[in-house]
Amino acid sequence: MTTRTLAVVSAGLGVPSSTRLLADRLTTATVDALRARGGDATVEVVELREHARDVADALVTGFPNAALRAAVETVTGADALIAVTPVFTASYSGLFKSFVDVLEKEALTGKPVLLGATAGTARHSLVLEHAMRPLFAYLRAVTVPTAVFAASEDWAGGDGTSAELSRRITRAAGELADVVTGRPATARPADPFADVPSFEDLLRGQA
Amino acid sequence: MQFGIFTVSDITTDPTTGRTPTEAERIQAVLAIARKAEEVGLDVFALGEHHNPPFFSSSPTTTLAYVAAQTSRLQLSTSTTLITTNDPVKIAEDYAMLQHLAGGRADLMLGRGNTGPVYPWFGQDIREGIPLAVENYALLRRLWTEDVVDWSGRFRTPLQGFTSTPRPLDGVPPFVWHGSIRSPQIAEQAAYYGDGFFSNHIFWPEEHTQRMVEFYRRRFEHHGHGSADQAIVGLGGQVFVRRNSQDAVREFRPYFDNAPVYGHGPSLEEFTRETPLTVGSPQQVIERTLGFREYVGDYQRQLFLVDHAGLPLKTVLEQLDLLGEEVVPVLRREFAALKPAHVPDAPTHASRVAARQTTPEEVSA
Repeated sequence: MTTRTLAVVSAGLGVPSSTRLLADRLTTATVDALRARGGDATVEVVELREHARDVADALVTGFPNAALRAAVETVTGADALIAVTPVFTASYSGLFKSFVDVLEKEALTGKPVLLGATAGTARHSLVLEHAMRPLFAYLRAVTVPTAVFAASEDWAGGDGTSAELSRRITRAAGELADVVTGRPATARPADPFADVPSFEDLLRGQA
Repeated sequence: MQFGIFTVSDITTDPTTGRTPTEAERIQAVLAIARKAEEVGLDVFALGEHHNPPFFSSSPTTTLAYVAAQTSRLQLSTSTTLITTNDPVKIAEDYAMLQHLAGGRADLMLGRGNTGPVYPWFGQDIREGIPLAVENYALLRRLWTEDVVDWSGRFRTPLQGFTSTPRPLDGVPPFVWHGSIRSPQIAEQAAYYGDGFFSNHIFWPEEHTQRMVEFYRRRFEHHGHGSADQAIVGLGGQVFVRRNSQDAVREFRPYFDNAPVYGHGPSLEEFTRETPLTVGSPQQVIERTLGFREYVGDYQRQLFLVDHAGLPLKTVLEQLDLLGEEVVPVLRREFAALKPAHVPDAPTHASRVAARQTTPEEVSA
């Protein structure tokens, strides 16, 4: 049995937060799906609210401080990522984007990612396809086909709407588990200098 | 071990008074700072090169030649000389001339420059930064070590039968440091030639500097210049010192909070924890600086940034008094006591002339 690491980034600001609630549902469903496939997962959650000042400082100073470095390493070292943001003004939140901006541009290459978003109304749901997915496409992450959006009415419960949310969560989690299963475990960040070209190659203009 | 200061030549408003020095005032202030560095017994004064406001130092060799004439012992260096946008022929000529005028008291630190718009002003492209640094420096070395050079490359017009004048003093070119914050290729370049590697060190966590220096040392040994612990390492550092630690923090805080690089971000306390910045008493600066050795090994040159962020000249001169009287003498003693005999000192003109006399093939290699 292979135990995977699952990083969860939640950009919700409220406590409690519906964004975190969706992230937790996606996480639970993904762990269940991995177990159903004979695997398991350990989960590490990064609440961006706790790093709001760290993220702003990193933008100003050019480097993440120790607390933010740990969060970045949680994300970059994981076998899969669940990323959930509230919709602010027709897109992902500024805090969410700023955290992504702190990551090295290669940090998520090939990483299986499940996208989620929350808002007060379902009219924002295409933010997942028009903002979130292109962002992760640019980073060459592997996003699973189902991205999960939850609006206020999805949480109401008792009618067909919340049952539909549960079905989407299960489908998305299954897709993520399928991508993760059968892949080799993510190597922890390697020696960043391992592939520095030799100076002979630099001199020949071959690097 | 050499101790000195480096300046970026910024003209910055003093946030406590709202006053911005004129260019003329700031230029004179930097000259006074350089003279003071010698007076208080520091070894090195290094000056940056920039081609955009708010910096004045577009022509470091002019300034350093003037400083050379007003000092007798101070080693003059740069922080940095732009190997990308300067013509390597002009670097060869200017720094050989400076070396003569300064009686050998000149070396230089090469850097690429990180301001994108500067490159096209000199006909270059920042995306070619590494190839420019590689090709230009390879030519610079030939211009200094070969009397007549035939050369062609990607970035400048070819040379046929060209002799760079003046020839380096005593036939020994100025020692070269390569400065880089985050490009291992530059550490590799320094290691390949057996040149010095300078890690700016300030504004970044120590783990970052540690990885770069460790890589440079490992490659220095790989390229056959000696053991890893014999590689020539320089570090930056940034201090604000008063006899009493609380006074240092209180006085420096408004400069920190408004500084161009890190201002309006982390608190002074957070930044002090995360980077080598030290604001406090002479004893605190001594302890912190000795701590650098624990993660980069025995090193050859320590430069402090003491004059940025709008600090007034009077304050900077007081900083130099404290460094010269209370900090550096202790650091000299402590570092010397810790350094094994096989670890070399920072190269000087005299030591390089002596080395050439014992191993002539080393210089032309």
